Amino acid sequence: MITFDQTTKTYEGGVTAVNGVDFTVDKGNIVVLLGPSGCGKTTLLRMVNRLETISDGSITIDGEDSMSLDQIALRRKIGYVIQSNGLFPNMTIEENVMIVPDLLGWKKKEKRERFNKLMEMIGLSGEKFGKRYPHELSGGQQQRIGVIRALAADPPVMLMDEPFGALDPIIREKIQDEFLQIQREVKKTILFVSHDIDEAIKMADKIVLLRGGEVMQYDTPSEMLVRPKNEFVREFFGKDRAIKSLSLHTIKDLQEVIGLVNVDETIEDTITIHIRHDLRNTLSMLLNQEADQVIVVDDDDHRLGAITIDLVQKYLHFEIKAKPTLVQKG
Amino acid sequence: MDKWMKFLEVNAPRIFDLAIEHTILVGLAILVALMIGVPLGIYLTTNDYLAETVLQIASVMLTIPSIALFGIMIPVFSIVNQGIGFVPAFVALVLYSQLPIIRNTYTAIKNVSPEMRDAAKGLGMKTSQRLLRVEIPNAFPIIMAGIRTAVVLNIGIGVIAAYIGAGGLGVLITQGISRGDNYLIISGSIAVAILAMIADGILLFIQKRYTPKSIAN
Repeated sequence: MITFDQTTKTYEGGVTAVNGVDFTVDKGNIVVLLGPSGCGKTTLLRMVNRLETISDGSITIDGEDSMSLDQIALRRKIGYVIQSNGLFPNMTIEENVMIVPDLLGWKKKEKRERFNKLMEMIGLSGEKFGKRYPHELSGGQQQRIGVIRALAADPPVMLMDEPFGALDPIIREKIQDEFLQIQREVKKTILFVSHDIDEAIKMADKIVLLRGGEVMQYDTPSEMLVRPKNEFVREFFGKDRAIKSLSLHTIKDLQEVIGLVNVDETIEDTITIHIRHDLRNTLSMLLNQEADQVIVVDDDDHRLGAITIDLVQKYLHFEIKAKPTLVQKG
Repeated sequence: MDKWMKFLEVNAPRIFDLAIEHTILVGLAILVALMIGVPLGIYLTTNDYLAETVLQIASVMLTIPSIALFGIMIPVFSIVNQGIGFVPAFVALVLYSQLPIIRNTYTAIKNVSPEMRDAAKGLGMKTSQRLLRVEIPNAFPIIMAGIRTAVVLNIGIGVIAAYIGAGGLGVLITQGISRGDNYLIISGSIAVAILAMIADGILLFIQKRYTPKSIAN
């Protein structure tokens, strides 16, 4: 758990980068710091592991004031991932990943076992990649290595500074999914900086929207999309907020609430879609008019019914707008 | 050609001895210069104001003609009865090597990417660990380039040291000039050139050998 209490950062010369920030990252949650550039999100993140000093207020990690801890010990207890992955070119992949365990004085055998386990988590062979150097890996692989390096000593808290920002959209989405998969297993308390709204909606249990170093709104993604607190939040998420909010819901959610329409067997031109597909992509598919009928199937390819634009609209109207608080991300 | 053969037959052992003397003078001077220059260069990366001053002084040092610097050393070291010979030459060479060593160390460490430094700090490395594990290894090729420059420079300047009685290959050249003996001058010059090339070659090998493979290009 990370608690920010009136946390403030003022630079010499009087520029205030972070101003009286108050919020709590619950254990096992991902909180995304979102906002335009210069809003203080990276500064706020770096204040947690004291790469930036705290001018006023405090940051408490698992009940301990971060200022009361030894700076080096504190950092070793906090995983840290940065955008350009920050791998050390002079070290092999294994050396890179095992830096913190090495600093903490783990035994050779422990390190080797941990390394192989971490590599398994990201679907790479420890044997094959361990002795290679960072530049021999693709951007996506390097970024994955950056993530498991932060996880190496199993820290309870992780800081991620636009970790997937430098990747191309396809790889980025894949790694986001993979990371969420890992997170379901390891359940770290994560503070995550992003400037990408879609990424924030996808990754966050809660979002902190910042402007000029101040919190504009701290809420779940759906709440923020549906009930922006002020004009800035409304504008930041854009005119397509409703569409964005659809990405938080799946066809299954829709089916449970308003049901699907029956499959019209007379229509020949059909395509199928899996029930766990999110509604935003489903809507795009419907709008693309790829087929005359879109049939929803489950894991066993059973036809459950058909989905239409009307249904999505109805769901949006009744479910998202009317009772937003019921919708919580699993 | 016959004359050359005869000259070398007589003088080869002497040329060899002088080359050894030259190597020891330059080698020791470089060792001491490294012990001063590298830590100083690293320290300066943490103090920009001082860095400018020190680099200026080191630059000025290099602009002093070597013969003049050797000349200045004589009265200074006369105080401790070491006015001529090894000591003043050694000190002058140490001073001359400072600029390339300090400057390259400073630049190399400064140029380690901020992200890498940030990652090292964020992962919880102490300053010494960061230097030894990340910054110096990644700065190594540039630091080595500075050392190579200093060595080649010193082998050349070491020739002048013969004028203040420090020995070395310069002896052949100064004698050659005073006696009008071209054989001595040419053999001395070629020996210095070969020595410089061998030293540079060895250092280049060390540089290649210990540069992390992944940052070699």
